[in-house]
Amino acid sequence: MNYILLAEQIFNGFQLGIILFLLAAGLTLVFGIMDLVNLAHGTLYMFGAFFAATFVELTGSLVLGMILALPAMLVAGILLEVIVLRTLYERDHLDQVLATFGLIIFFNELFLVVWGPEGSGINLPPYLSGLITLPGGITVPEYRMVIIVSGIVIALLLYFLVSKTRIGMLIRAGASNREMVGALGINIKLLFTLVFGLGAVLAGFAGMIITPITQAESGMGESILILAFVVIVIGGIGSIKGAFIAAMLTGLIDTMGRSFIDVALLPFMDAVSAETAGPAISSMLIYILMAIILAIKPSGLFPPKGA
Amino acid sequence: MLKKLILAAPLSVMLLVPNVEAAEKIKVGIVITLTTPASIMGKQMKAAYEVASDHLGGKMGGKEFEMIFEDDGLKPNIGKQKTEKLIKKDKVDFLTGYIWSHVMGASAPVALKAGKIFVSSNAGHSPYAGKMCHKNFFNAAWENSQNPMAMGSLLNQRGVKNLYVLSLNYAAGKQMVAGVERTFKGKVVGKDLVPMAHKDWSAELAKVKAAKPDGVFVFYPGSWGPAFFTQYKQAGLNKTIPLYSVFSVDGANLPVFQKRKMDHLLGTYNTMFWAPDLDNATNKRFVADFAKKYKGQKPSHYAAQAYDSLMLIAAGVKAAGGDAKNTDAVRKGMEKADFDSVRGRIKFGKNHFPIQNFYAREVVNKNGQWQVSVRGTVVKNHAPVMSNECKL
Repeated sequence: MNYILLAEQIFNGFQLGIILFLLAAGLTLVFGIMDLVNLAHGTLYMFGAFFAATFVELTGSLVLGMILALPAMLVAGILLEVIVLRTLYERDHLDQVLATFGLIIFFNELFLVVWGPEGSGINLPPYLSGLITLPGGITVPEYRMVIIVSGIVIALLLYFLVSKTRIGMLIRAGASNREMVGALGINIKLLFTLVFGLGAVLAGFAGMIITPITQAESGMGESILILAFVVIVIGGIGSIKGAFIAAMLTGLIDTMGRSFIDVALLPFMDAVSAETAGPAISSMLIYILMAIILAIKPSGLFPPKGA
Repeated sequence: MLKKLILAAPLSVMLLVPNVEAAEKIKVGIVITLTTPASIMGKQMKAAYEVASDHLGGKMGGKEFEMIFEDDGLKPNIGKQKTEKLIKKDKVDFLTGYIWSHVMGASAPVALKAGKIFVSSNAGHSPYAGKMCHKNFFNAAWENSQNPMAMGSLLNQRGVKNLYVLSLNYAAGKQMVAGVERTFKGKVVGKDLVPMAHKDWSAELAKVKAAKPDGVFVFYPGSWGPAFFTQYKQAGLNKTIPLYSVFSVDGANLPVFQKRKMDHLLGTYNTMFWAPDLDNATNKRFVADFAKKYKGQKPSHYAAQAYDSLMLIAAGVKAAGGDAKNTDAVRKGMEKADFDSVRGRIKFGKNHFPIQNFYAREVVNKNGQWQVSVRGTVVKNHAPVMSNECKL
């Protein structure tokens, strides 16, 4: 076993986990508190990517561009909630799925028209494009380290917001029993708008920080959204803590599967079959994980209390 | 009542006349990707079909023709639906386009069953060069494994001993890998087929670094290219391991690479049957007119293949004396391929795939515009290896 490779892959797994967490945090709040199935959550991820790419190009600075893109995300999220999603709360899940799927198609095409099929990208400044060498000869690209650190900072801030502040108390209360919160005289409409705006900023931030790596393109949110749904189902719908732990677990298992499964299969079959089976099995791993966890804990690892 | 009839009579004649004309027009149905990020290829191809149409003066064998473009959305089921629509509703005489092997695999059987002549302008799905070859199926591009086979030979020439192979996990991606492994004489030290949904290669790049190869072979067409090459540089691999690519660094992508300042791609090598600076008169005219039509850009090989596809159909119709419905005569004409292609003269094998040269190409900055430039011939008159399996 190559320990340097193993260590680097653990880092890569964490990095994927952080991105998944940022997406899943908003998704789990919106689903858990507002009971809204928002397939267009990946669209917000795409919004973040393109907003950041555009602001970075205009200002010439990575940090400034991303800072400007955050309030833009909040505005975009609130507008989307007020104009479209608010009308969907009373409808059943199928209507919500159809309407938000429509949003995906609409925005994917709109972005193609505005930014072109080549999409957009962000070039890393020289101070972020190097490699960090850790003890033992492990090297990690600087920027991926930045993603991990900023993701952990956001997770801590979110933890503080949800568990130590009044608004966080309302959010938790909303996740446990929506009707009761409304009955106690809380402006549930405003709370929903705020929660959705927060989710939009988190998803947008994920899109922003991944853009220097994957580039921004129309439709980029859909493939990762499926993983984000897996994460919230594993973690327990409505739970931020569950989303964090499930995201890290999913990120690690997916990365480890892609890295080592073909080698792990070699003792059981010939090289050609291992090569064919490897990618197939590694892309199944997280779904197998989900199935196992749901069999043992049907409402996920950390379901909100009272739900 | 009578008044109505009198009024209606000339009207119905007016309606009838253009219908008769339209029925006589030759119709070419073209299925390409015009939405999704992959439309970067489709839009170049559309421009190239239009250049070809201009060069033909809008006529094939003395008859006017029209082109009907459809978008496959990069999905096999939609490509198939659009093919059916073109055959049943538009009643096209020819079908061409088709960028993706999996889209073509779903669509070609429909067209062939309806007795239409089908010309693939890009997708080189291997079975059609061998067991599944069909008298009405033509390919104006290549068979998937041909270009990577040329790359394998180039790797041998350049002294690469240990190779890491990275590709996309779909029909063509696997056939590309099979191609390079067929001719590469060194050792393949690692191989990863990445799902099409993945745009982050962190796990695979860490494996490449650990395997320490002296060359990396990649097949990341369309929008996979910019993302992959960015990460290759971020991982610091561009300084230590040379990149060799097929269908990943091309005319469709180069303006994007240049705009995003991906300088590490300059000087990298790829292989192809054609290049914008390939020296022949047809190619020079095509490259110049394409730039006028499409944002001043150099055409990609997708565009070159699209141009040749329409010219091939036109040569068939001309040989049939303008009677596009006479499929047998058109087919015979197409087999002779009596026209000047952008790659010189085309010779078809019995499986209707071109037998052609493959060139090494280097990415260069020429007068401030990035392009691929021919650096010698790697293989001459290359036919798909499965040609003998074709029983035509």
